[in-house]
Formats: sequence, C-alpha cells, structure tokens
Amino acid sequence: MKAFGKYILFLGSLFVRRETFMTYYKLVFEECIQIGVRSIFLFVLVSTFMGAVTTVQTAYNMVSPLIPRFVISQVVREMTILELAPTIMAIIFAGKVGSSMAGGIGTMRITEQIDALEVMGINSSSYLVLPKIIASLLMYPLLVIVSGVCALLGGYLVGTLTGVLTPTEYVQGVRFGFQEFGVSFALIKSFVFAFLISSISSFKGYYTHGGALEVGIASTQAVTSSVIAVLLADYFLAQLLL
Amino acid sequence: MIKINSISKSFKDKTVLNSISGEFDKGKCNLIIGASGTGKSVLLKCIVGLLPPDSGNVYFDLRNFTEADKEMKSEIRREIGMLFQGGALFDSKNVEENIMFPLDILTKMSLEEKRERVNFCLKRVGLEQVNKKMPSEISGGMKKRVGIARAIVNNPNYLFCDEPNSGLDPQTSILIDELILEITHEFDITTVVVTHDMNSVMGIGEKIMFLYKGDKLWEGSNQEIMSSGLKELDDFVFTNKIMKNLKAGKI
Repeated sequence: MKAFGKYILFLGSLFVRRETFMTYYKLVFEECIQIGVRSIFLFVLVSTFMGAVTTVQTAYNMVSPLIPRFVISQVVREMTILELAPTIMAIIFAGKVGSSMAGGIGTMRITEQIDALEVMGINSSSYLVLPKIIASLLMYPLLVIVSGVCALLGGYLVGTLTGVLTPTEYVQGVRFGFQEFGVSFALIKSFVFAFLISSISSFKGYYTHGGALEVGIASTQAVTSSVIAVLLADYFLAQLLL
Repeated sequence: MIKINSISKSFKDKTVLNSISGEFDKGKCNLIIGASGTGKSVLLKCIVGLLPPDSGNVYFDLRNFTEADKEMKSEIRREIGMLFQGGALFDSKNVEENIMFPLDILTKMSLEEKRERVNFCLKRVGLEQVNKKMPSEISGGMKKRVGIARAIVNNPNYLFCDEPNSGLDPQTSILIDELILEITHEFDITTVVVTHDMNSVMGIGEKIMFLYKGDKLWEGSNQEIMSSGLKELDDFVFTNKIMKNLKAGKI
C-alpha cells in the first residue's frame, strides 16, 4: 500500500512545475522513435508468427467435419483482436520498452544525472517521465494495430500455403460475424496497458538507489510489476466492457 | 553569500548532521572537509535542496531557501551551478548539448548565442574541439571540465562542487582546483567545494569548514589549518608522511 501511495504521488508530481510545450514536444518525438519505431521489427516478427501458430494449432484441434474451415480464421481473428495483439504484445512491450525505461532512468539516478536536473530547477520526474508516458500512449495503440494486421497476415500465409484452408475461406472467416467493438476494446486496452507499463517502469527506475546491481533489479521489477498490472487490468477491463 | 543555520539530518536512527551552522563567503572558495562518512556530501545536498534537512535553514543572500515556496526555490536553483562527483553529464547528449542544456531550458537565447556561450565556457575550462564528442568518448578529467563548463554556462551566483578531483591523477586534480579558484575570483561567485583531498585544502581553501562525525569542529583558512591544535583535525590533516614532516619542520 505504501508503494502504491508513492506511485500515486509520483504520478501527481509529473504535472507540477512543467517545462515549456516545445521542450516536451521535442522529447515526445524522440521517445516515439525510441519506443515505437524501434519496436516495430520485434512486434511484426512476434505477431506474424503468433498468427501463423494460432492458425496451425486451431486447425489441428478442429477435427469435426461438421465445423466449416473458415471458422479457423474466425478464431484467429477473435483471439488476435481480443487478446493476442493488445495483451500478449503488452508483455513483450513491458520486456523491451519497460525494462529499458527503468534501466535508463535508474542509471540516470545512480550517476546523479537526475540530481543535476533538480539542481537546475527542473522537475526531473516531469521532464523525464511525462514524455515517455505520452509517447507510449501514442505509439502502443499503433503497434497493437500493426501487430493485429501482421498476425492475421501470418495466419493467412501459413493457412493458405500449408493447405489448411483456401484464401477465400480465410477471408470469409475473418469477415464472418465481425464486430467493430472488438477493435475499440483492443484499443481501449492498449491505452490502459501503455499507461501502466510506462508509468510503472519509470516509477521503478526513478526510485532506484545504489549501484549497477540495483539498476538491474529495478529493470526486473519494472517488468514483473508491469506484467502483473497488465494482467489485472486485462481482467477488469474484460469484466467491465464485454 | 550562503548562510546555513542549525542544519540537522538523520537517516532512520543514524544522525548524519548535527546542528551545523556557518557562512560561505562570496568571491571565495569555501571548502567543506572531513573524512569519508562525516556528512560532507549530505550537507551539500541539504544546501542545494536535493535533500530536505530535518531542521535548520539555508539562506542564499538572505533568501530563506529551505522555507521558500516552489517558485522561489526554482528561481534560486536557476542561480546555482553544480559540479557532481562523476560529472553527471547526460549520456544521451554530446558535450555541446550537455553544456547548452541549461541555456535551452532556462533562457530564450538564439542557437547562435548559445553556441557562442558554450564555446566561451569550453575555452574557459581549457577544452576545444570536443563539442561533438559523447561523454563516453572523453576522459575523467575532461568530464569534470565539461561539468564545470555546464555549471558556469548560465552565469551562476553560486557554484557547488562535490569532490571535484575524486578519481583524477594529482596533476589533473591540481588543474581542476586551480580552475575552480580562478572561476570563483573571475566571476565573483560563492563557491562551496566538498573534498577530502589535502592538496585541494592547501591549494584553494580560502575558508574551510571541518566536519567530524556530523559535527562542525573547526572553521578557518588554509593558513590556519596547520596550527589549529585540534586533535581530530590534526589526525585528518597530517595523515601522510609529507604532511607530518611539514608539521615537524623537517621540510
């Protein structure tokens, strides 16, 4: 509870004594490149394989001849949009971006770079963390969209090339019974997850003290705490919105 | 001038600073000295506001910094330059960007003016042609010089240096000390240096505060330190053979 209270106070500190709009504008763009553009390759790779594997495994489990083949791609679509793209990718996002945030800020803490900012009269938490959170909120939903598309493409490629189902069946399944709210739900989740991962990871990094060992511990804790928070939020959002 | 009044600080049960009072004069190199673990860096951090003191006040030219509101604190902090023990240069920025950073944040100077100021400061600390180098590409001594350049780029009224020559060879240490002293006199600023290096004490200690186990035991100049008659200070000062021989009149 004490840590949670500290986290809430930390979030509050992001919005006091801010710098000029232009300062944040530049920092947010830099972070967007760091968080978003440099994560695209990993996201494309993982989600393409995820879609491919989901297709193969769903086909493997559908043994009844009474179930039409296009159901395979329907299952892939639902799994991708509802869970795989926003949630599983959030875990990867926490591992890649969250640990990097905690490590970077933690290193700045132990090498007195954060103290240097404070001595200059700059609100270090706002200056360092707010751009990361804003950039995550901007980039993670985009990454989730890319991830969803790649997973469906991966499923299509594997499904059609291995003869599990025809291209027409795959497209039919993807379009069958499609509900737009699924995409809205995925995007709502992606905003929440982006906020949780970036803020928790920054929080862990910001309060690091000690040396290199503690920076490593902070990075690990950032990933662990972010993943737990994402899974809890996933459950509550599903209960609330579905 | 900076005045500290009954500064105390504890961490859990351990008292680190016990009611420290004193003054740091303008245009002088004021030293806080003492053995490791006596609270020198904690005192410095209390003065610049990185740590809140448990009790006591810090005055920057009669402005109460400890009890000031956020606006006033921010205003005073913008008059402070600080050199950290490891330089604390921003890893993601090159030398020029590091020095320019306070100007980017605190002033509305044009890029040309900022570049001019950066080059002036680099020249002042004896560094040239390093503008585009990253902190990881320069030596420890150069990092300290860049740190000093960043600390003075915004024309501070107060300069704080936390162990400026730790980790440096004796020759570079002397150069850094001389640079700090020169800058103090040239810009007529209040400089506070935390050190446990006796070369610094003898070289630049115009006004010295000696801390021992969280208490201020002595105050004076480098001229007076040899004849303080205080056992704790003598134990600190005359630790090596050269200093012992100096005291015994053998040198």
